[in-house]
Amino acid sequence: MNTTDLFQESYSALTTNKARSGLTMLGIVIGIGSVIAMVAIGQGAQSSIESSIQSIGSNLIMVMPGFQRGVGTSVSTGRGSAQTLTVEDSEALGNLASVKAVAPNTSGRYQITAKGANTNTQVVGTTAAYPEVRNISISQGTFFTDQQNRSMTKVAVLGPTTVSDLFGSSTTSVIGQTVRINQLDFKVIGVTEAKGGSGFSNQDDVIYVPLSTAQHFLSGTDSVSTISIAAVSTDVMSTVQQEVTDLLLQRHRISDASQADFQVMNQSDIVSTASSVTNTFTMLLAAIAGISLIVGGIGIMNMMLTTVTERTREIGLRKAIGATKNDISSQFLTEAVMLTFLGGILGILLGWVASLLISKFAGLTTSISLTSVVLAFGVSAVIGLVFGYYPARRAAKLNPIEALRFE
Amino acid sequence: MLECKNIYKSYESGGIATEVLRDISFTINDGEFVAITGPSGSGKSTLMHIIGALDCPSSGQYFLDGHDVSKMTDDELAGIRKDKIGFVFQAFNLLPRATVMRNVSLPLIYAGVNQEKREEMAGEALIQAGFDKDRYYNLSNQLSGGQMQRVAIARALVNNPTIVLADEPTGNLDSKTGDIVLATFRRLNSEGRTIVLITHELYVAEHADRIITIKDGRIQSDKKNEHRTIMQDNGKQKI
Repeated sequence: MNTTDLFQESYSALTTNKARSGLTMLGIVIGIGSVIAMVAIGQGAQSSIESSIQSIGSNLIMVMPGFQRGVGTSVSTGRGSAQTLTVEDSEALGNLASVKAVAPNTSGRYQITAKGANTNTQVVGTTAAYPEVRNISISQGTFFTDQQNRSMTKVAVLGPTTVSDLFGSSTTSVIGQTVRINQLDFKVIGVTEAKGGSGFSNQDDVIYVPLSTAQHFLSGTDSVSTISIAAVSTDVMSTVQQEVTDLLLQRHRISDASQADFQVMNQSDIVSTASSVTNTFTMLLAAIAGISLIVGGIGIMNMMLTTVTERTREIGLRKAIGATKNDISSQFLTEAVMLTFLGGILGILLGWVASLLISKFAGLTTSISLTSVVLAFGVSAVIGLVFGYYPARRAAKLNPIEALRFE
Repeated sequence: MLECKNIYKSYESGGIATEVLRDISFTINDGEFVAITGPSGSGKSTLMHIIGALDCPSSGQYFLDGHDVSKMTDDELAGIRKDKIGFVFQAFNLLPRATVMRNVSLPLIYAGVNQEKREEMAGEALIQAGFDKDRYYNLSNQLSGGQMQRVAIARALVNNPTIVLADEPTGNLDSKTGDIVLATFRRLNSEGRTIVLITHELYVAEHADRIITIKDGRIQSDKKNEHRTIMQDNGKQKI
């Protein structure tokens, strides 16, 4: 039996009972469709997170506190708990040759009120270099100056989301208004440009205040929580990272790099951390959708088993006129794979339409990758093989005499 | 040529062996028209299955055109059925939602004949079976019983088999249509086909030249049919 005949026989067998074939295929269509749509949502989230991290600046290196260790002991109080990074560290780092700009900052969440409205948001205390280091543009007013930082002026620059939270989205200008942070009045002197990003990585929902003001009135410590460093170019990232590490080890008088009380991360580290989170998220969604795919596969198997019973006489006849076991099993296997394959194609279309609708109406970014399409194709064919195998074997093993007698 | 030598067949069910065929020996030469007859339960169906290479004897030998069929594997048996045997069944066993043409060319698919040649061969077989030319592309479930059996006969002839094995071919037909089908077998035999007719009806068996009677698994008689029913089939009778 050649391939063309095999396909023709399978095709005509499937079209004999169109409604049943169609409904069985629907299981696969929905299964593949939901896998495609779910993976598209997951990958959309991943790419939007990655691009919002990239928008902070690709030449960015961040220094964060590491373990705090007591003198002479190896007891760790946990990553990020050290309060050893200081403004002086930041200034020293700014003198490195391949460093373009440095901005230390503290950060904390506070309840903010203004004119009766209130919100809880992140307050970043930093220096005048921050916009340059973190790629932030000002849309209204100005960022604060080094002078304002030194004199602990109570001024604030708001992110656009915070502006609309506090003053309503219709407000045209908030310059000169007052916001209360931690019971203290701050005068608004600027608003940053919207950077996008959503959910847990929103860079627009933030308030910037001078570092010294934040240290004195808000956090009450001299330490900083992050030092952001802009390298002169992306090519020297690893050199700068090494220089920063060496300088800080020297300044903190630590000889063993593994005992460092800080950690230096560059943008790609952060991106890969975020990616691994969204990957897990994508996998989870795909796994849930995969369950429906398996259910679809079981539907195929169910139908094929019914078909084998119904067509027992036909199988007997085919055997009587010379079909081998192989001929019979490949015909039934082809029928199953044809169903799943066609179901796979329709499922991809369905998934594509679904993710378009999701991004249109639910506002989630979705992205369909070639990999997920190819994978869906492969999976649907494999499902056909796996769930078609048992019925096909059953058909092939039928005894022709009994099959011909079957009523 | 078909040769059975001391064929025994027994089935085992629930630990008890039942002997269905005992010491069956006969030879059918090319061009013969033989009826195998006997009451139900006599073992004639089992014998037909062995002759038709659907089953193997428990002991003894069965030669078809010199091939020892009795010890073949399943796939080898399938090969014998494909090349040397044409089946005609009581219930016709056509593919219901397929055209006459497709039904007749079905055996050729397994024989690996290409599409064009298939149609040509199926056409020839349909002419031999006396099937109405303008119904070649009708669906088989739209035909009458007699027409269906002609399609089935054409399907049995299409691969030029050594023997045509007809199992109660008139069982599902009225007597008039049955007569026409039997006349068709007669004509095919006169054109040189070897026909083996399995039936429990003496009336049907009497159309053959030789009648082998089976009873309780043994050959009771094997003789020339002196009172052969003569029938004419010009291949154009409407059924």
